[in-house]
Amino acid sequence: MIRITLAAALLGSTILLAACNEAPETPAATETAASVIAVTEPWSRETAEGQNAGGAFMTIANTGTAADRLTGGSTPVAGRVEIHTMSMDGGVMRMRQLEDGLEVPSGDEVTLKPGSFHVMLMDLKQPLKAGETVPLTLTFAGAGTVETQLVVKPAGEMAPGMTHGEGGKPHG
Amino acid sequence: MADPFPELEEEPSPQRQAEGLKTLRLALWGVVALVVGIGLVAMLAPDRSPQQATYADLIGGPFALTAPDGSRVTDQTLKGTPFAIFFGFTRCPDVCPTTLSRMAALRKQLGADGDKFRIVFVSVDPGYDSPADIGRYVELFGTPILGLTGTDAEVNAAVKAYRAFYQKVPTNGGADYTIDHTASVYLMDASGKLQSIIAYDETDANALAKLKRLVG
Repeated sequence: MIRITLAAALLGSTILLAACNEAPETPAATETAASVIAVTEPWSRETAEGQNAGGAFMTIANTGTAADRLTGGSTPVAGRVEIHTMSMDGGVMRMRQLEDGLEVPSGDEVTLKPGSFHVMLMDLKQPLKAGETVPLTLTFAGAGTVETQLVVKPAGEMAPGMTHGEGGKPHG
Repeated sequence: MADPFPELEEEPSPQRQAEGLKTLRLALWGVVALVVGIGLVAMLAPDRSPQQATYADLIGGPFALTAPDGSRVTDQTLKGTPFAIFFGFTRCPDVCPTTLSRMAALRKQLGADGDKFRIVFVSVDPGYDSPADIGRYVELFGTPILGLTGTDAEVNAAVKAYRAFYQKVPTNGGADYTIDHTASVYLMDASGKLQSIIAYDETDANALAKLKRLVG
């Protein structure tokens, strides 16, 4: 019951955050930019002391008329931010940095989630604690910077709003 | 007078003919028995074919690693209790936390039987993950997990024993790295012999059935 309440609270907070990100005053797009970027449900997983990297997940929508590209970002809690993709190959997990960033086509959205694309927070300066929020500034080639707040969830979380350890099988 | 058809003389008497048929019948039954026998062997073979026996015997074997408290853990010290062993690293953003939390959730679903097997996590990144780091990492998952690592040579020996795979991949222009690694969980019985494998993309229902068999 506590878990369900907690999940509901987390879900509620992500919706609020999503609303913030979609508010007109956020620097999601400039007048000259042809792409319009909105980031919803940004979240990350709890990390332990000594575990100096963490993944961040979210949905990036582009309601503009031109394609855009997520090229990187910054956060006070990590030394650097990388964009990665992950795939399974004959039972082996393979992770690759997307050197050229991640394309977000116009009129489309890209979901960063476990088993797929993710933002890597490298050289964490402090552990990410479940329940906290962490500022993350994303950099787009067209739209410039977009501010988000990552909601830190338990280490086993699979998706925003999902409760820990449930669901059929891993996504991806 | 020479018989122009000597073979006719060889023609069996009715009695001999009956004996011949009896022999033929026996021979045919012999053939039937042989065919059935071969069929049965072929049907039963998959359980004990050399290929499968070899596969199960190939995975697992001697290893010696270090636990978070500094104690040494080997294939011998693990004997007596089944275990589920997984290779990864703490900076793994996705597969490792997903797999470990899934194992924790499945253990919970097993109820009292959940305590009848160990969950073992081996870091393949000993240059980065100290035994103490791994101890703190496995505590994130809310269930007892034995976190292990060792020297490069010890880790390589363990990975080789399980026919697993890992490979460092450069990131950040070569200044850093991530690690590709096997994402399967090996289920080992109390004698340290492979019983089955849980694949990353396998359903929870399948995985749970395999764990029930492991602790049953």
